[in-house]
Amino acid sequence: MALTAWFQHFFKKNGIVLSIYLMSAVLLWMVIMIILPQVFMLDFSFRFNLPPGKIGGEEDVYTISNYRFLLFGSPGNPDPYNVIDTTVFFRTILAAIFVTVFDLLLCYPIAYALAIVAKGGTARLMVLSLIVPFWINEILRAFAFRILFGSSGVINTVGMTLGLWDTPFDFIKADIALYAGLGYAYILLMIFPIYNAMESLDRNQLEAARDLGAQWWRIHWRIVIPFSKPGIASGCTMVFMLSAGALAAPQILGGPSSLWFTQIIYQWFNTGGNWPRGSAYAIVLLAVCILFVLFMMRVFKVRIGEIGR
Amino acid sequence: MSVDVKLEDVWVRFGSFTAVKNANVTIRGGEFFSFLGPSGCGKTTLLRCISGFQEPTDGKILFDGKNMAGIGPNKRPTALIFQNLALFPLMSVADNIAFGLEVRGIGKAQRRKKADELLDLIALPGQGDKKVGELSGGQKQRVAIARALAVEPEILLLDEPLSALDLKLRQHMRTELREIQKRVGITFIYITHDQGEALTMSDRVAVMSEGVIEQVADSVTLYDRPEKPFVASFVGENNDFRGRVTSVSEGYAEVETSEGLFRGRVSEGNRDALSGSGPASIFVRPEALKIAGTATEASNAFEANLLQEEFEGNMRHLVLESKGGQRLRMTLVNDGHVLDYGPGSTVPVVFNPELAIVLPQEA
Repeated sequence: MALTAWFQHFFKKNGIVLSIYLMSAVLLWMVIMIILPQVFMLDFSFRFNLPPGKIGGEEDVYTISNYRFLLFGSPGNPDPYNVIDTTVFFRTILAAIFVTVFDLLLCYPIAYALAIVAKGGTARLMVLSLIVPFWINEILRAFAFRILFGSSGVINTVGMTLGLWDTPFDFIKADIALYAGLGYAYILLMIFPIYNAMESLDRNQLEAARDLGAQWWRIHWRIVIPFSKPGIASGCTMVFMLSAGALAAPQILGGPSSLWFTQIIYQWFNTGGNWPRGSAYAIVLLAVCILFVLFMMRVFKVRIGEIGR
Repeated sequence: MSVDVKLEDVWVRFGSFTAVKNANVTIRGGEFFSFLGPSGCGKTTLLRCISGFQEPTDGKILFDGKNMAGIGPNKRPTALIFQNLALFPLMSVADNIAFGLEVRGIGKAQRRKKADELLDLIALPGQGDKKVGELSGGQKQRVAIARALAVEPEILLLDEPLSALDLKLRQHMRTELREIQKRVGITFIYITHDQGEALTMSDRVAVMSEGVIEQVADSVTLYDRPEKPFVASFVGENNDFRGRVTSVSEGYAEVETSEGLFRGRVSEGNRDALSGSGPASIFVRPEALKIAGTATEASNAFEANLLQEEFEGNMRHLVLESKGGQRLRMTLVNDGHVLDYGPGSTVPVVFNPELAIVLPQEA
């Protein structure tokens, strides 16, 4: 009943043509772009990697062997579980958490400056200078970071000229370049949700707190952060999901010994030619990321509806 | 406990705009003091100077003789109540009230106790666990007062705190504010554009216009003995007859207006400004105008055309037009007599020189 009433209201409000367009666009987007690929991936992940001729044949049955491989490796594996893949998996999750926290610490003050401190023209100039660098292609930006952090790069040159260190420091091997690149790649996705939430904060509340004697950190802790929590949650979710699923930056900026879980997935799909196994790996990454985000939302008492604001 | 606030030659400029021009006033400890003026007259700027959110461009603000320059709002013995109250919506009522105590590092149990005491004071006992959003407008108002009082300020600053309330509640809160002030005995500095609020609550009122403090006095003096034309016309209703001074004698002056020669009172302070035949106004309140024949005054008589009558039960308001074309208002107490004049008829009007005020006008 409620649904028919909703449809009637929707059609009345938007008119027939617009209503049909909106609904079919959303439906197409949902089904073709989001649901179908994931369903196929899920289906793939439970199948054997068969040559094209055998697909649909007698041997094409469901299996959990791909998931078992992620956990225990090949049958000849001497270890009790698949050390390489699981280690890379957890390291990727940890690194994504690190990038998220780093971005939050970096972007919260920027968002605060934009939303509360800066006035008209200054704020616009700040937004512009934040956005313009992102006109440059992601791959190019990653290579630019490689040059910056290289052994004869700007940072090493400046550091050594100032006498901060003597021999060129290998930022790439230490994964500093990777973290910096990933962190920078998603700052806008962190800044704007927080800025958006913060902007509607009544400035008088800040003055009232100050008038009652509150120090700057308490004003943030008790008033600004609780108020912008939905924005912080949505920024953190996006940055975490995207950095856990990043491919280009780890590929270009990662050190020789560091492997990102997405790179393993990529290998299974591409060089390994094993789509079912790649799908299984991708599904596990997706599921764990979603569960982790939901868990963190529970911990910080954020409701899913708030994130959309 | 209570603190004197002294403003000495205070100027506030924002770029080329001067918000406050040479403000000099002493607010006595324990006083209910109001700044009254139309919006944009600089009263809020003055309040922000006293609270510490704004530094004066020039001049000094002294609390009990101590210069407050460079001392931030969190270090002053003041608490400010904002026009929109600025309660913290994500905290409970008790947490709101006790926020200032939390800042001072006071323990949870003690904070709660103080909050409960204050909730009793503002007649909201046992409502500490509610969310701010669950309260009505008047209740929020009282919580804002409690939050400010919790830090035991020596001066409470109120920036039009009643303007968001409806009329009934506003009148009720006036009485309540005044009672709270008497109970806690601290200095209240109140900002308003509503003369009703200022006159009923305050011990003294400063009337401001365009950044200038025009007059500081108690309510009766402001109404009966205005010193400036702005005060005469802003506070209450007034009929303003313009003309030129012809003579000034002991306590009185005569002004030649388009309606004739009128006589009215002159204060000591304005006497010098009125000698010489400068432009002047003679202000007569609507209730000071009488219909001739029912009163005995011989001087200050003229005739006017009755345009319409507004009947208000206890009062009759007559809208008149003088021979010179000036609109006038006359207010008569309804004493049961039927009015002898209908719309369109000519009414003989008189007023007592005792109740008329002569003030100099800018040339």
